Amino acid sequence: MVNIIWVMLTAIGIVFAMINGTMNEVNEAIFNGAKEAVTLCIGLISILVFWLGMMRIAEDAGLLKILASLFRPIVKKLFPEVPGDHPAMGYMLSNMMANMFGLGNAATPLGIKAMEELKQLNGGKNEASRSMITFLAINTSSLTLIPTTVIAIRMNYNSASPTDIVGPTLVATFCSTLAAIMIDRYFYYRRTRKG
Amino acid sequence: MEIVSAVSLWLIPILIGFILIYGTLKKVPTYESFTEGGKEGIKIAVSIIPFLVGMLVAISVFRASGALEYFMDLIRPGLYAIGVPPDIVPLAIIRPISGTAALGMTSDLIAVHGPDSFIGRLASVLQGSTDTTFYVLTVYFGAVGIKKMGDALKVGLLADLAGIIASIVIVTLVFGNM
Repeated sequence: MVNIIWVMLTAIGIVFAMINGTMNEVNEAIFNGAKEAVTLCIGLISILVFWLGMMRIAEDAGLLKILASLFRPIVKKLFPEVPGDHPAMGYMLSNMMANMFGLGNAATPLGIKAMEELKQLNGGKNEASRSMITFLAINTSSLTLIPTTVIAIRMNYNSASPTDIVGPTLVATFCSTLAAIMIDRYFYYRRTRKG
Repeated sequence: MEIVSAVSLWLIPILIGFILIYGTLKKVPTYESFTEGGKEGIKIAVSIIPFLVGMLVAISVFRASGALEYFMDLIRPGLYAIGVPPDIVPLAIIRPISGTAALGMTSDLIAVHGPDSFIGRLASVLQGSTDTTFYVLTVYFGAVGIKKMGDALKVGLLADLAGIIASIVIVTLVFGNM
């Protein structure tokens, strides 16, 4: 899918340039776009290093575990099929915490472990269980607490207050997660009514 | 809504202070942990260079040729009627498909419109409040061999849509209109 969109953007652009006579601008755009991307990534290094460093301290201090246990009662309601002390629950909570703190690399292996446990709970079937769909819905609606990379980009482009989007992002994330849970519940009831 | 801005300003410094003090109390070798974790940041920044180069070149070509303007003009009236800035549409489409591609688009929107513009802020919030549905779906289900996805894709994409709508509404409320 990305392949198609990527090629379309470039190909349509070149065809348009032929028609519009903007080949000059396109030539310039190719090299400026590449240069801009590299400059941007170098600018990102500072904040990514700082933030992932901070998060490592939080992880080593056991903060993620404490948060996970705080959220356990809520999560138990979300996943009625999963017993509270099941390893799947632990992995799912750690995955969500890692996502909240922008530890994408730590979140993925935890998410996969959670899926493995959920699959076992579901008798090893190769179809998605109710809990799996709920877990994915929460994951795709994003749980970002601090949108590190976005803040870094804003700093790079000299924003007057690069962090002023943190609050709105939190509220938007809350809304989208809530919506994801409700959509997930709706589809679940539709399934059970049918079957 | 001023509270939201205040929270944005205070949240990060307080969180950092808390992590450092808590880590020290828990006898974590803070400086060493910090540098260990930080190394990861360099890896990530370097590893996204090819993604951003690819996407930013494509967007730059698309825009420089005049194609972007042309398509924006087509959809502009309809989107304005419902309060959606048309420039955000490509980002909203690519966000569920590719995280790095979306990052490229977000930085492009911020570069073109300015980080403190309505569109710049909307792109920032949108980037943070939705996730790469297709990636999460393929990686998580793929890793454990789930073949039948059930309603997962539908639920994920609808959740993305909810995130997009929420972002537009909240950014409009907090930072005023376009």
